[in-house]
Amino acid sequence: MFSNFDFDVILRSLPYLFRDGMSFTITLTVMAGSLGLVWGTVLALMRLSDFPPLTFLAAGYVNLMRSVPLVLMIFWFYFLVPYIGQWVTGASQPIRVGAFMSSLITFALFEAAFYAEIMRAGIRSIPRGQMAAAQALGMNYWTAMRYIILPQAFRNMVPVLLTQTIVLFQDTSLVYVLSITDFLGAASKIAQRDGRLVEMYLFAAVVYFAISYAASNIVRSLQSRIAIIR
Amino acid sequence: MIEIENVSKWYGTVQVLKNCSARVDKGEVLVVCGPSGSGKSTLIKCVNGLESFQQGKITVTGISVGDPATNLSKLRSRIGMVFQHFELFPHLSVIRNLTLAQEKVIGRSHDESVAKGLHLLERVGLSAYANKFPGELSGGQQQRVAIARALAMDPVAMLFDEPTSALDPEMIKEVLDVMVALAKEGMTMMVVTHEMGFARQVARRIVFIDGGEIIEDAPTEDFFHKPRSERAQAFLSKILAH
Repeated sequence: MFSNFDFDVILRSLPYLFRDGMSFTITLTVMAGSLGLVWGTVLALMRLSDFPPLTFLAAGYVNLMRSVPLVLMIFWFYFLVPYIGQWVTGASQPIRVGAFMSSLITFALFEAAFYAEIMRAGIRSIPRGQMAAAQALGMNYWTAMRYIILPQAFRNMVPVLLTQTIVLFQDTSLVYVLSITDFLGAASKIAQRDGRLVEMYLFAAVVYFAISYAASNIVRSLQSRIAIIR
Repeated sequence: MIEIENVSKWYGTVQVLKNCSARVDKGEVLVVCGPSGSGKSTLIKCVNGLESFQQGKITVTGISVGDPATNLSKLRSRIGMVFQHFELFPHLSVIRNLTLAQEKVIGRSHDESVAKGLHLLERVGLSAYANKFPGELSGGQQQRVAIARALAMDPVAMLFDEPTSALDPEMIKEVLDVMVALAKEGMTMMVVTHEMGFARQVARRIVFIDGGEIIEDAPTEDFFHKPRSERAQAFLSKILAH
């Protein structure tokens, strides 16, 4: 049944697929993941704070991000950020942001909401007595957070955070709506140029599956290695 | 050293401490006992500000705990506290549990903190466990580490919140032995406990608390031999029966 297919096209386009496509996908995943993690931590701490305006702001942000389709966000940022930039800086014309920057900002802001929720749960899972013990030793809130609560919370959260990052890795393929050459975009371009849709999309699926599956397994083995003995 | 004057506390509309007053002088051991839910843990946590209170005054070495101007972290660093569930930091080794606050709170050098930590571990008989993690230790060992951790800060007083009630019976003694030794060296201690043998051995005074109220505050011998209130008598007969 495969006699009509030309799997050679995959071999010929491998350099382009990986050097252009996959490197973009991974760069975007890692950068958006890192930025999202930082912003997500801030959001989680805001949401857990005792100061109602901060809690309210962070909760509003998280709920907004989680209720808007990601594709819409990508579009929205791509088309609106230049105008917001113009308005903020007072420039005479829309600021050029570029597809990469725009998608990076979008994914970072979007993922932060999910990371924040994971971290909030992680921080809350640490028994209250740990904070009390740290404070009883004279640590202030931030010292206790930094040395006692967050390191433990992170260990609990790492598997979930990495799993979320694997989802992010898959979600970055949505940048195709901006005609960006990520891995899927690259595969798609070859597919249309050479008229080899089935082969290329099949190959793309296999690659996404292989990477995600391998990453999940690494996460699982990591999980048992970093677990705290209780 | 520790002075508690007319302290009252409410959770919403429920009053959990009613006009409590007690004092612990330097070098003295005060035991606080009472039925569960009577407010004794809440009271001891008010002493280092882990719990707030709405009325009254608590001073430790003359510094007011409830005063917003007080540097609470600094005050706490000088009052050791031992918890019912140990609350060792499970992600840190035993020695790191002892050195972290020394370094981050009072700014001791790493070497100095480790030396102090090892010395205290030796004192509680756990030198061999310095590089283990809390989860690898028994409950009694963990609680002894927790005591050493508190002592590492050179506290002027120690608070014990039911230090043996989460322990298996065979481990209670090893913890009490450390506490007795500490008391005999003249450490100022406030101890919430049901261990009446311990109380009899080292306490100067005993406070009996029930329903958030201090019912009785008496020298140890008087408390055991002629408790004035019926509630204290009932409590004693229950607790000494077994």
